[in-house]
Amino acid sequence: MTKFHKKQQLTTFDQLPKTPTGITGLDEITGGGLPKGRPTLICGEAGCGKTLMSLEFVIRGATEFNEPGVFMAFEEKADELAANVASLGFDLFKLQENKKLRLDHVHIDRSEIEETGEYDLEGLFIRLGYAIDSIGAKRVVLDTLENLFSGLSNQVILRAELKRLFNFLKNKGVTAIITGEKGEGASLTRQGLEEYVSDCVILLDHRVINQISTRRLRVVKYRGSQHGTNEYPFLIDEEGISVLPVTSLKLEKEVSSKRISSGIPSLDSMFGGKGFFQGSSILVSGTAGTGKTSIAASFANEVCSNKKKCLYFAFEESPKQILRNMKSINIDLQQHVDSGLLEFHASRPTLYGLEMHLVAIYKIIKRFKPSTVILDPITNLITVGSVSEVKSMLIRLIDFLQDEQVTVMFTALSLNTVVNEQTDEGVSSLVDAWLLVRDIESNGERNRGLYIMKSRGMSHSNQVREFTITDNGLNLVDVYLGPEGVLTGSAREAQKLKEKTGVALRDFAVSRKDKEILRKRMMLESKIASLQAEFESAEEELNKMYLEDELKQEIIEKNRQEITNIRRGNVDAPKSKAKTKK
Amino acid sequence: MTEHNQLPLNADDNLSEGESQLFRLRLFVIGASPNSIRAITNLKNICEEYIKANYELEIIDVYQQPLIAEAEQIVALPLLIKKSPGTERKLIGDMSNTAKVLKGLGIYSES
Repeated sequence: MTKFHKKQQLTTFDQLPKTPTGITGLDEITGGGLPKGRPTLICGEAGCGKTLMSLEFVIRGATEFNEPGVFMAFEEKADELAANVASLGFDLFKLQENKKLRLDHVHIDRSEIEETGEYDLEGLFIRLGYAIDSIGAKRVVLDTLENLFSGLSNQVILRAELKRLFNFLKNKGVTAIITGEKGEGASLTRQGLEEYVSDCVILLDHRVINQISTRRLRVVKYRGSQHGTNEYPFLIDEEGISVLPVTSLKLEKEVSSKRISSGIPSLDSMFGGKGFFQGSSILVSGTAGTGKTSIAASFANEVCSNKKKCLYFAFEESPKQILRNMKSINIDLQQHVDSGLLEFHASRPTLYGLEMHLVAIYKIIKRFKPSTVILDPITNLITVGSVSEVKSMLIRLIDFLQDEQVTVMFTALSLNTVVNEQTDEGVSSLVDAWLLVRDIESNGERNRGLYIMKSRGMSHSNQVREFTITDNGLNLVDVYLGPEGVLTGSAREAQKLKEKTGVALRDFAVSRKDKEILRKRMMLESKIASLQAEFESAEEELNKMYLEDELKQEIIEKNRQEITNIRRGNVDAPKSKAKTKK
Repeated sequence: MTEHNQLPLNADDNLSEGESQLFRLRLFVIGASPNSIRAITNLKNICEEYIKANYELEIIDVYQQPLIAEAEQIVALPLLIKKSPGTERKLIGDMSNTAKVLKGLGIYSES
């Protein structure tokens, strides 16, 4: 395995020389450009950009790489070509004057030509050879060589001559592009040019899916070189062609531990008081009308207030609408627009295909170099692509933004019907931080609750906060967690009031109870007193009985003595004597 | 390499119009390639046979004058351009198909 690996690495060191095209993105896909000194075939249907791509190859070569080029046009005349690319800011005539470029229009009309026997295309060779030598051209374009087949009828000769032509080009050492119209069925070109050009074949495609057309490019073959094999969308705009090598397979991005504020202090405090990581991706999802755009605008405002650049892609509202709406919550974005820190790009998602959006976003970001990008909302993109397409697009966008160290905030509309809280686009797994704004409906009113579903790499609050939009901006309020659950809005206020009255009532109750106890004690005390009195009277009674009994006994005793004395008769005798005599 | 022949028109010529018409022909060839040599011979034979002494033939070697290739929109060689009479016509090939050459030159033979 390691041996194999080493071998592979060695071969990559010894790569075949390449000629950079200067076309944005194409050089990345082909690993440096087209094979140097060899012909490349660009094929595709009518109107997919073959001529423009090849023309740009020559122009970029002349202007950026100091490699003069020859453009041999079989279809359009020189001034037509010049007019076509003038809109892209290229002046073909000036380049021609400076001997950087040579345009040669080859005109062949079958009706004007009578074939009278054997012939060859030496005339073309001489023209081409002379053109190449006269300016020392390194690049050659033959657009569209297949026109020869419509002008001349002897296929046998033509095919033999084509073979000779490619050899001729190789011998000249020029990097050539040959364009060819796409043929029927599986064949790449109508006349089978791919048989002759074996080094590099690029297929352009123009497809309409769901009424949205997207141009795509694919490197079908590139002999002796690694190349991207996917279909890459490309865009033709006022700066020429840009191809987007959109999938970087590596996950080797620089990360920053710098933190940036969200513009809502209370939200920052939920993120450990510091806010988001710079260069991270943040998703704000929620149902309709929960204030996603407000959060995004507030973030944009904060970024611009710190003198950093922010790009705002609006897919739903026009910039003016956003500016007006945000003014109502005391976020003045107009000043940032005026100072050039904030740029709005509003487009309907259906304007062009998903890939085109990506290319457009990519280009604008490359030009504006913002520190923060906001996409509001990504949900609308789903109208132009399927979920998986949107997801793959967003993956690539996040990839690219993280490469550029750009913080990105997406807003996404989640539908109430979705059972789990995944966003429709399924990007929640890709993002670094995910804020969920949700309606909390109770007591006949709707309130907003904000959760942090996740936030990679930092401690964050697990609580739900009530999210309020006021005239002074956004704010988060601690929700009331009562015995009846989470309370928000007026219910929270009501609960607070209820608590206040509760305290008063309790105070009152306590004092009443105190009094009662006091009263009870007094009552008991009086009861005790009366019982005591009763007891005393009973005791007295008892004592009285005792005394009476004693007295009775005494009296009885005395009486008996007297009776005894009387019986003995000595009435006169003193009592004491009688006793002693006995 | 220029051949210049100017002769009065023959009475027994097969021209549609009886008037004397000078055929101005330019033949572009490349050096001494087989096709070129054949084209020159064939063309000369045809001319001698049908428009004898009534033509002006210029033979140009494109190798020597590469600039002319662009100016004359030359792709395939050998190329014969009939400048006059009538409209300009282009004929390519080694001129071995006599009927086609005559048609191209606007000469109608009885054959």
